[in-house]
Amino acid sequence: MIKVRGLTKSFGGQPVLRGVDLDVPDGSITVIIGRSGGGKSVFLKHLLGLLRPDSGEVMINGTDITHLGSRAMDEVRQHYGVVFQGGALFDSLTCFDNVAFPLREKTELGPDEIAKRVEQRLEQVGLAGVGAKYPAEISGGMRKRVAIARALVTEPEIVFFDEPTTGLDPVLVNTIHRLILTLHRAYGFTAVMVSHEIPEIFELADTVAMLHEGRIVAVGPPAAIQGSPNPVVQQFIRGEPELKA
Amino acid sequence: MAEPAVPVVVRPFEIIGRRTIELIEVLGRFGSFFLLALVSMVTPPFKTRAFVDRLHYIGYRSLLIIILTGAFTGMVLGLQVSLTLSRFGSEAFLGPAVALSLIRELGPVLAALMVTGRAGSALTAEIGIMRITEQIDALTVMALSPFRYLVTPSILAGIVTFPLMTALFDVVGIFGGYLVGVKLLGLSEGTYFGEMRTFVDLHDVMTGFWKSLSFGAIVTWVATYKGFYVGHGAEGVARATTQAVVLASVLILVWDYFMGSILP
Ligand SMILES: Nc1ncnc2c1ncn2[C@@H]1O[C@H](COP(=O)(O)OP(=O)(O)O)[C@@H](O)[C@H]1O
Ligand SMILES: [Mg+2]
Repeated sequence: MIKVRGLTKSFGGQPVLRGVDLDVPDGSITVIIGRSGGGKSVFLKHLLGLLRPDSGEVMINGTDITHLGSRAMDEVRQHYGVVFQGGALFDSLTCFDNVAFPLREKTELGPDEIAKRVEQRLEQVGLAGVGAKYPAEISGGMRKRVAIARALVTEPEIVFFDEPTTGLDPVLVNTIHRLILTLHRAYGFTAVMVSHEIPEIFELADTVAMLHEGRIVAVGPPAAIQGSPNPVVQQFIRGEPELKA
Repeated sequence: MAEPAVPVVVRPFEIIGRRTIELIEVLGRFGSFFLLALVSMVTPPFKTRAFVDRLHYIGYRSLLIIILTGAFTGMVLGLQVSLTLSRFGSEAFLGPAVALSLIRELGPVLAALMVTGRAGSALTAEIGIMRITEQIDALTVMALSPFRYLVTPSILAGIVTFPLMTALFDVVGIFGGYLVGVKLLGLSEGTYFGEMRTFVDLHDVMTGFWKSLSFGAIVTWVATYKGFYVGHGAEGVARATTQAVVLASVLILVWDYFMGSILP
């Protein structure tokens, strides 16, 4: 269970988060939508312990992580898997080694067992056989899928996705969404995802939350968001340009 | 965001004060970065593979440029020093003159400047790109220390490889001087190496050794720091790379003078 209360953060006097409240129940898929530059990545980085808030709390399974030291934070991160916006694969490693990396560095598994698990993950994301390639040698969509394989290889309890489909063509968007859904059914992790893909994410999400001007202005099941009376929400999901008085 | 109004006469002091505080902050961060690197060199977990990788990256891949610049530095020295010495009729001292200049001064400094240009800039760019593409964040959220994978092995590799590369530079340079002095200008081989053996002491070699070792630490320290705290975007990486090369080069020369004045 992730519970965020009153989270605020400014950069150089410029407020980005102005009091975010959000609950993410165990095993659900929560998708955060909102304008580009609206602070979605910044919000996610608070959940990951990469940024410290000016005020507010982030409870992960009952622990407020905003005051944790790096050792204790690493303890919490043992349960995390993260897919970064650009994939954040290690350039110097092959795709196979990228996926194997968390297992090699953090577990006592032998090379055969690691190879087996990595092959299995790559197959799950439809990339059996590209293990020997370097990230620079494959397409953007493939890189995102390798990143998903890497995030899931340690069987994390909570998986964070920062725009896993941005910049991909519509077919690939659906492929990746279906992949996330399949893996979610298989492993039952809690997912927190930032996405712009409207309307596709309404098929995927259990809960949709809209971040606008530093606050969550609407939160609920997809149907409730689609039917929301809030004009800001309607404007966003219809893709209308903003009207500034 | 409105700042409190300050009387005009106080403004300059306010600016000086703010700049001073910023400078102290940056210096503190720069210093504690190095301390943290030193501490993580002697406390587990050690990232041996990353270290070997860095030896290859900083050391092995700089060999060609070291041999090339070493040879020409020695040849230029051979030529210029023979010209000077012949005016005093003391060509016999060409060997020790070339060897001492290389071992005490030019070897450590030029080798360090060459490696800064080749490997230091690449190190800053590589770590900077890892920062802006969130690879450093990826390590952090895997509960792995990016510092131990990227910074510590690089600085350690710098400390190990710089003295070795300086030694190579010196040896190649001495042979460059030999080529010009003996093969071209006709000095006897026995004189060139014999006088060198008489005049070059262990403490000269140690001076060069300590210099090159500290240059290794300085170059990799600056390069990794600039990469680790790179600004936003591709321009950030470009700027950091330039800054790293300039700062490392200036520090090499300043530190060289300092070492020269405290070492025998
Ligand atoms: N480390 C940082 N320092 C300063 N400003 C930042 C930093 N990270 C993000 N910002 C700013 O915060 C705002 C929100 O960014 P972000 O969370 O990346 O938006 P998005 O919703 O598109 O993910 C942007 O204006 C961005 O420039
Ligand atoms: Mg973002």
